Amino acid sequence: MSYATSLYLTGAEIGLSLTGLVLLLAAAWGGQRSARLITILTVAALFGAVAFSVNLLGMAGNEAAGDAFGGLYRADAFGSYAKILIYLASIACLIVTPRYFAQQAAYRPEYPVLMLFNAVGMGMMVSATDLMTLYIGLEMSSLSSYVLASFLKQDIRSSEAGLKYFVLGALASGILLYGMSLVYGFAGTTSYEGIRAAFAGQFPMGALFGVVFMLAGLAFKVSAVPFHMWTPDVYEGAPTPATAFFASAPKVAAMSMLVRVAMDPFAGQSASWQQIVIFAALASIVVGALGAIGQQNLKRLLAYSSINNVGFILIGLAAATPEGVAGLMIYLTIYVAMTLGSFVGLLMLRDPMGRPLETFADISGLSTTRPVLAWCLLALMFSLAGIPPLFGFWGKFVVFQAAVQADMIALAAIGIAASVIGAFYYLKFIKVMFFDEATREVEKESPVGHWAVLGICTLIISPLGFLLTKPLGEIAERAAASFAFAM
Amino acid sequence: MIQVFAFYLFAALTVLSAVLVITARNPVHSVLWLILAFFNAAGLMVLVGAEFIAALLVIVYVGAVAVLFLFVVMMLNIDFAELRTGFVKNFPLGIAIALVLLAELVLGIGAYQVGVMELGSASGTAAPIMGRSNVENIGAVLYRDYLFLFEAAGLILLVAMVGAIVLTHRQRPDGARGHQDIGKQVRRRPEDATVMTQPAVGEGIEL
Repeated sequence: MSYATSLYLTGAEIGLSLTGLVLLLAAAWGGQRSARLITILTVAALFGAVAFSVNLLGMAGNEAAGDAFGGLYRADAFGSYAKILIYLASIACLIVTPRYFAQQAAYRPEYPVLMLFNAVGMGMMVSATDLMTLYIGLEMSSLSSYVLASFLKQDIRSSEAGLKYFVLGALASGILLYGMSLVYGFAGTTSYEGIRAAFAGQFPMGALFGVVFMLAGLAFKVSAVPFHMWTPDVYEGAPTPATAFFASAPKVAAMSMLVRVAMDPFAGQSASWQQIVIFAALASIVVGALGAIGQQNLKRLLAYSSINNVGFILIGLAAATPEGVAGLMIYLTIYVAMTLGSFVGLLMLRDPMGRPLETFADISGLSTTRPVLAWCLLALMFSLAGIPPLFGFWGKFVVFQAAVQADMIALAAIGIAASVIGAFYYLKFIKVMFFDEATREVEKESPVGHWAVLGICTLIISPLGFLLTKPLGEIAERAAASFAFAM
Repeated sequence: MIQVFAFYLFAALTVLSAVLVITARNPVHSVLWLILAFFNAAGLMVLVGAEFIAALLVIVYVGAVAVLFLFVVMMLNIDFAELRTGFVKNFPLGIAIALVLLAELVLGIGAYQVGVMELGSASGTAAPIMGRSNVENIGAVLYRDYLFLFEAAGLILLVAMVGAIVLTHRQRPDGARGHQDIGKQVRRRPEDATVMTQPAVGEGIEL
């Protein structure tokens, strides 16, 4: 393994870090005026990273998966797929960001730079094949997320969100580290391969504790029940573009990291982690569906919706089969499109003064005041509810199919039943928009960037999305083939 | 012979200054004794051949931590009379804790005398690389095997720094209290600021 190969395989991270450093310098020089320019350059850099990952995905058949830096990092189809998703979601979030902050004159060039470092951390998370890489990537991503959450300093809710996120995130990191230290103690190494080899024969009790602690820490990061308490508060308080980001890219990263941890070092111990994942999946689906019912704030509602969706995604992991992982990746892709679409739709809701609107009372009668936006949101909500002609249905279908194939019929049945509860509040959203009286003046115009992101997301989840099933399925299958399955 | 002499010198000074750290009345003196203890500990490390740890002790503890302590101690306005009020009341508890610690120490030494404990498989990857100084060994591990993580950790620190500045730094509007325009201060000339007047005797001046 030469250094050149290692540097090439980690090209996306290295390129993004160098761009981040240069842009940070430019930000220090240019001050607040340069914020917009730096946002554009950041988006360009992320597009470059997408192109690089697509290239890597095209090259790396699963047999050509490259280990970099002596097994600290692996570039394979799974990682590249997740990274493309992460970078695209970050780009979408950056496009809609400046306008939100412009209203409070609070936009600063550090925001896109922190997003860039966040993307570096997330890339390391999904490619980590060593517990240390995992932890460093996770911290890099989390630390910049805490700052993004409290970016609106003068807004007390934003500061509260940042503080809550930071304190609970630090606690979760501590739990994760404790688990990792136990695993290291029993395996004698932090590399996934080494852990796998060490536990091939027997699986000591202490290591099982380690796995449980690690899963608890990771469940916090994906906001799976019972570690979800921070999600509604943070999502409500954080600036809406940051919320859109938290609900999309870091979720993909944390989920992919969880999949790799479950499928690589602990692939042989699936019996010991499967029950935890099954419990977290079911609890997330039920709590996400029930918790959303009473919410008046739309950001809180979408937070519960994302908890609910995490439950469905975890069903794919619970199956612990190649089909399960492939289904999980497909669901993640569709989930990102649905979530980004809904949040961008929310961002486009402003009163004539440019203040953001974010409660149910504000969207009543939206179909008469802003018909196109209302119809887009209708499609997104139906898709989140999993109503068949829309693409959201396909995601649910593939994970449930994987669960049924893995003889987890009860899990699938409960999941489907709970998704009916979830349909209630999505339909309430639509009812308020289409059948209630318009009570509020809303801003009629939205910039092109917002429309572009919303349009692309709506197109993906529209019935036209079913054209994607074949290519998406193929890529997801290749991604799943990155893991050697125990069975 | 010289080693034995050096060892006893360093060890005695370490113990002595450590005792003085806790008996000194003035907290600033305490911190200064602590620095002396660190220096002597570094000397002990050199004697056992761990020159890198010795350097770290001097650079990190003496250089950074102790100075930080000093700052904190000097900034805290400690009322010593108040600190000592609870001494008699808490004395039995303190003695009890000290006895527990003593018992643990004795037990630990006893267990160590009996034999080495088997905590896990000894087949870890942490075997020392022979034939090189430990600075070289640490450097090889840190900058060759784990270069990627080392650099990434540096980025984390950068993110933390940027975050702290972003969240605390405020752009002061021009003219606000505490706003300093250095260019304006430098451009200021005596003739702009001072006026020469020649008031008649017995009259005041108009300001």
